Amino acid sequence: MSFAQNLQKVLRENIREYGMFIALFVIITFFAFTTKGIFISSRNMANLFNQTGYIAVLAVGMTLVIVIRHIDLSVGFLAGFLGALAALAMKSGVPAIVVIPIVLALGVVGGVITAIPVAELGVPSFVTSLAGFMIYRGAILLVTMGTGTIIITDPFFNAIGNGYIPDLPIKIIPGVHQVTLLLGLAAIGLFIWSELNDRKQKQAYNFEVLTQDMFVLKLVFVSILIGAVTWVLAGYNGLSWTVVIVLIVVAIYHFITTQTVLGRHIYAVGGNPEAAQLSGINVKRIFYIVFGSMGMLSGLSGILFASRLKSATTTAGTSWELDAIAAAYVGGVSAAGGVGKVTGSIIGALVMMSLNSGMNLMSIDISAQYIVRGVVLAGAVIFDVMTRRSGK
Amino acid sequence: MNTSVPNMTKSEAETSTPILEMRNITKTFPGVKALSNVTFQVAKGEIHSLCGENGAGKSTLMKVLSGVYPFGDYSGDIVFNGAVQKFKGISDSEEVGIAIIYQELALVPEMTVYENIFLGNEIKTNGFMVDWNETIKRASAALKKVKLDVNPATKIKDLGVGKQQLVEIAKALNKNVKVLILDEPTAALNEDDSKNLLNLMRDLRKNGITCIIISHKLKEVVEIADSVTILRDGQTVCTLSAKKGEVSEHDLIKHMVGREIDNIYPKRDRKGADEVVLEVRNWNAYDPNLGRNVLKNMNFNIKKGEIVGFAGLMGAGRTELAKSLFGNPDGYKITGEMLVKKQKANFTHPQHAIAAGLAYVSEDRKGNGLILIQDIKQNITLANLWEIANQMGVVNGNAEVKIANEYRTSINIKTPSVEQRVSNLSGGNQQKVSIAKWLFTKPSVLILDEPTRGIDVGAKFEIYTLMNKLIAQGMSIIMISSELPEVLGMSDRVYVVSEGRITGELPIEKATQENIMKLATS
Repeated sequence: MSFAQNLQKVLRENIREYGMFIALFVIITFFAFTTKGIFISSRNMANLFNQTGYIAVLAVGMTLVIVIRHIDLSVGFLAGFLGALAALAMKSGVPAIVVIPIVLALGVVGGVITAIPVAELGVPSFVTSLAGFMIYRGAILLVTMGTGTIIITDPFFNAIGNGYIPDLPIKIIPGVHQVTLLLGLAAIGLFIWSELNDRKQKQAYNFEVLTQDMFVLKLVFVSILIGAVTWVLAGYNGLSWTVVIVLIVVAIYHFITTQTVLGRHIYAVGGNPEAAQLSGINVKRIFYIVFGSMGMLSGLSGILFASRLKSATTTAGTSWELDAIAAAYVGGVSAAGGVGKVTGSIIGALVMMSLNSGMNLMSIDISAQYIVRGVVLAGAVIFDVMTRRSGK
Repeated sequence: MNTSVPNMTKSEAETSTPILEMRNITKTFPGVKALSNVTFQVAKGEIHSLCGENGAGKSTLMKVLSGVYPFGDYSGDIVFNGAVQKFKGISDSEEVGIAIIYQELALVPEMTVYENIFLGNEIKTNGFMVDWNETIKRASAALKKVKLDVNPATKIKDLGVGKQQLVEIAKALNKNVKVLILDEPTAALNEDDSKNLLNLMRDLRKNGITCIIISHKLKEVVEIADSVTILRDGQTVCTLSAKKGEVSEHDLIKHMVGREIDNIYPKRDRKGADEVVLEVRNWNAYDPNLGRNVLKNMNFNIKKGEIVGFAGLMGAGRTELAKSLFGNPDGYKITGEMLVKKQKANFTHPQHAIAAGLAYVSEDRKGNGLILIQDIKQNITLANLWEIANQMGVVNGNAEVKIANEYRTSINIKTPSVEQRVSNLSGGNQQKVSIAKWLFTKPSVLILDEPTRGIDVGAKFEIYTLMNKLIAQGMSIIMISSELPEVLGMSDRVYVVSEGRITGELPIEKATQENIMKLATS
C-alpha cells in the first residue's frame, strides 16, 4: 500500500482517538491566523497553560467520577472554599508547606462526605453533590464575610501559580529557557523509547502494529508537537510550576488508570457495577476512592487558582464544575460509564481554554464566546458518539 | 453454499402462498460476513421455526427483516405480500404488519399494562389528549385475545416474565400484525408458561397470523412448527416441512451442527465421593426488598469431585441460594451455618467467598456476569487481577494476554484475538469467557447457574466436556439448571428446590423427569 493509502487507513480507523488532537490543532491554527500570531506567541501560550491548570486537574478527577457513572457538582465551590481556607490559614501565620497538605486532606474528606450517601444508601450523586455545591458556596461567603477578598502574601504559595522552574546558571543559548528545552528533549526521547518498546513487545506477541511508515510518521509527528510546545514555552519563562504540577497529576492518574489493579477495578465498576461486585470488587470502596480523589484534586485546584490570583475571592469556584464536566465530555468520556481517558480530558480542557483565550484575543464579546463554547461541546460529543457507533 | 432450498419439495412451494420471501440476503459487518445469500420463505398462516447454532445468523436475519438494518445496509430482496419492501426502520416494517418480540422484553416496568400496550400508539381525542378510558377498554380486549387475565392497571414490574411476554404479544397484535416474530420466547419461561405460549401461537395460527419462532428448545420446535429453516454459518442449510412429526430433534441437530452428535452428555466415570467440601445447615435468607423469606431451612452438602444438580422451576430460589452462599451481594438477612472445607464461613462480600475458593458463574451473563464493553482478556482476569500484578498493584499486561490465550485455547473460545470486545462474541463464546474468568480464580467449588442457557448445541457439548474435566481434577460443581435433561445427564446427585425449600435429594439412579417435577411442584 502507498503512503497516502496507509495514512488514510490509519486516520479512518483511529479517528476517535486522534479527533481531539486534530480539533485542538485546527483551533490553534485558526486563532494563530485570526490573531496574527499573537495566540501562538510564547507569552500567550504560557498564560494559556497556566490558566488551564486549575480546570485541568478538576477534569482529571471528573473523568473518573463520570467513568463510574456518577457526577460531582460540588467540586467548583469546594475548590473555591478550600482556596479561601488556605488563604485564611496563611493570613494567620501558618506556613504554606503545612497549609497545602492539610487543604488536600480536607479535599479528600469533602469528597468522601459527598460519597457517603451515594455508597451507603444509593442516593444519586447528582443530588448529594448539588447539596455540596450549595453548602460550599455558602461556606465561601461565610469565610470571606469579614474581609471580602483575602490577600495571600506567602511567596512560596504564590509561586505555584505564577513561578517558573529555575534555569541553568550559565547561558549557552541566549533568549531561551535551557532546562525547559532539555526536559522537552528528554520527553521526546522517553516517548520514542516507550513506543519502540511497546511495538517490540506487541510484535513478540504477534499483535497487529502500525505499518513501518505510519509508525515513523507517528513518532515524528508527536516529537515535533512536543518539541514545538517546549520551544514556545522556552521562549518565554520556561515551564511554569503549574504546568509541572498538572503534568505530574496527569502522569500519576494515567498510570493508575491504565496499569494498575485499582484502575481496572474503577473501569469495571463503570462498565458493569453488578458484575464488578460479583467479581469480588468492593464497589463502595471504589466510590470512596474516586470521590476522595476528586475532592483532593478540588483542593489542588483551589490552591492553583488562589496562588495564581495571589488571593482568595468570594466568587472563586463559580461554574468550574461545569467547565470540568465539559472538558471531560469533549475529551471522550461516556456518560454510560466505563469509557474515558484521563489524557483525553486534558486535551478537552485545552480545547475549551484555547477557545476562551483565542476569542478573548480577538475581542469577541463574552455572549458570543459562551455560544461558541456550547456549540463546540455539543459538536464534540456528537462526533464522539457517531464515530463510536460506526466503529462497532 | 446453498443458494437454493434443496429439501423443500416443489409441491409444497406451489401449494402454500408465501407471505414473506427473503431472497439472497447478504449482510456484512466490518470484517465478518454475517449472512451470505440467505433465502428464507414463509407460507401464510404457518408457524415457521428458524433454527441454528448461536452465531448462525438468525438474529441478524430477523433484524434485516424488521428494518433494524435498513434497506441498503444489506443486499438482496425482501418480498412481503407480493411486493418488494425497502424498510428504513422498524416503524416501516410495523406499518406493513411485521412485529418482532425480542428475548429482552421492550416494556417499561414502571408503567401499567394498558400504557405499555398503547405505548407509541396512543388513542387520542382532539388530536392531542390521551383517551384513557378508551385505552383501558381496548387494552382489556387485547389481553383477552392473548388469554391473559390481569388487571390492565397492573404495573409491568409486578408481573412475571411469562405474563410480560403475553403483554408484549398483545401489544403487537394490537398493531394489526400479520407476521409475528418471536426471538427465544420461552427461554425465560417455566414449563406451564411455555405451554401457554405455544397454545397461544396455535390460536394465532387459526386466526391467520403467521408466526416465526427462533428457539433453541428443539423439542418445542418439533412440537409446534409447520416448517423449519436451518441456518449455519450465515447460510441457509435447508427448509424442512415439520408437520406432524416429520422431523425429529436429532434431524435438526444434525443439520444445525453439520455433524452427528450421538450423545450430547459426554460420559464420565462416576466414582463415589466422600470428602465434603461444602456443607450448609439450616440456611434461611430474608430479602428485605421483597419483605419475605426467599430461602427456608435448607440443608445440603457438596462432596469433592462431584456435580450436584439443583433442579426446580424458575423462581424457586436457586439463584438466590447461590448468591446467598457467594458473599450475599443482595444483602439478605441470613441465618444458618455454612462450612467450607470444614471451616465455618461467614462471607459478607463476594471477595470473601472467592478467597475461600468459591466461584459463581451467573445465569445472567450480560447483566451481571461480563463487562460487555471490555475485551476478553480484561474480563477473564477481572476476578483475580492480583494474580498478575506486583505488590504495588501494577498489572502485567503481557502475563494477562498469555493467560487469556491459554484459556482461549483450552476451552476453545472462538475469537480472532483476546483483545476482542466481549459484546462482539456469540452467546456460547460469552459463556466460555464467563467460565474462564471463574476458572482463573482457581476455585474448589464452582457454582454454574444455568450454564447453557441460550447457547447452541455445539457449545453446550463443549461446556459439558469441560465440566467433566474439571471434576476429574477434583473440583466440585453446583449446577443450577432448569433443563431437566441437562440435570439428569450431568449430575451425580440432585437436590430439588421449590419455593425456597429443598424438597428432595435424589441420587442420580433414582432421578427421573417425573420424580423431579413432582418434587419441584410440591
